[in-house]
Amino acid sequence: MKKVYDSAAQALDGVLFDGMMIAAGGFGLCGIPELLLQAIRDAGTKDLTFASNNAGVDDFGIGILLQTKQVKKMISSYVGENKEFMRQYLGGELELEFNPQGTLAERMRAGGAGIPGFYTKTGVGTQIAEGKEVKVFDGEEYILERGIVADLAIVKAWKADTTGNAIFRKTARNFNPPAAMCGKICVMEVEEIVEPGALDPDHIHLPGIYVHRIVQGTHEKRIEQHTVRQREEA
Amino acid sequence: MPWDRNQMAARAAQELEDGMYVNLGIGIPTLVANYVGDKDITLQSENGMLGMGPFPYEGEEDPDLINAGKQTITELSRTAYFDSAMSFGMIRGGKIAAAILGAMEVAENGDLANWMIPGKLVKGMGGAMDLVAGVGKVIVVMDHTNKAGESKVLKACTLPLTGTGVIDRIITNLGVLDVVEGGLKIVELADGVSEEELRAATEATIV
Repeated sequence: MKKVYDSAAQALDGVLFDGMMIAAGGFGLCGIPELLLQAIRDAGTKDLTFASNNAGVDDFGIGILLQTKQVKKMISSYVGENKEFMRQYLGGELELEFNPQGTLAERMRAGGAGIPGFYTKTGVGTQIAEGKEVKVFDGEEYILERGIVADLAIVKAWKADTTGNAIFRKTARNFNPPAAMCGKICVMEVEEIVEPGALDPDHIHLPGIYVHRIVQGTHEKRIEQHTVRQREEA
Repeated sequence: MPWDRNQMAARAAQELEDGMYVNLGIGIPTLVANYVGDKDITLQSENGMLGMGPFPYEGEEDPDLINAGKQTITELSRTAYFDSAMSFGMIRGGKIAAAILGAMEVAENGDLANWMIPGKLVKGMGGAMDLVAGVGKVIVVMDHTNKAGESKVLKACTLPLTGTGVIDRIITNLGVLDVVEGGLKIVELADGVSEEELRAATEATIV
């Protein structure tokens, strides 16, 4: 089965619909599926729910879909870097469900692994626990969190072979594997597509079983905060 | 003289022991890395990295290599990368020996509030709730009082909580306090700070 598509728009053809839930990889602007997000903006799909750790910045990442008002709801752990997000949220135009970061990652992983719910200590006794089942194990309280199964996962890898076996680069891995796992369909953008055999099977981070469509492209890879140190004088 | 930011960070670094895997929060906790000396400490960044190195030299920034504060960083020879689910698996699973975090308020029962002020812009808890619930030891580093001079070391937190009963040790500009049965215990006073001064700046019960 052919998984490789010529463009992000083609890779998303037939999988987008209004009101759908999309799980997206990335942390801040690092390892985000920037080309697929642009293609979703161009497709104009509306009322989207995004499970994504962050919401991008105003003109990059999920932020570009906020500008076009295509997003109905965000499930995120941290959204501070986006003025348009805050404007829409405070104006009641956008729903926001805060998830602790590890709970969000585990919800994706669990959803993809066929686990509909799990108990965690994270958030016990806080606002996050409100309305959730509490269960005591070995004398300690845990809350029930649900696995996420998304209509679509959009992720970004460094390299993949044509069967979808993928490797990520440094901290750009982040939410990409769990997001990929929880999608009924997963579309992956990569910097380079290689032939099967070019990647060491022992070094695959995400097996191709989780990846249905692949597109290669050129990435801007914007840096959110440049921090450097001074060179020591020779 | 109360401790300044760097002195608080240096004091917090004394809490770390050889061989520990540690997560440092944003702000003063980040400075702790400057004071670990010869101790073999591995820093975790919860976006998916163990063995966090210093900031890169100008021109060597890599967009694929950032810390949890989204700052460009570098790797070390010992570095390992992993995904967010595994990262929080090691946090929730108690594999990280200690987290050093900032706080808006702490309470005598070990409650911590550091993510939300109602009515103000809420950015989210990020990984803070997972960290305080999961790591071996939670050490808070913060100023003892707020800008208005009111105590941040309280009988009960007034802000929405990050975790309940999670704090082990509090390091402030005035000294070091442990959370114990019945309240807080003074472990150490900052240089030149009297016990009376620390007590006067503390709303919590000191036992």
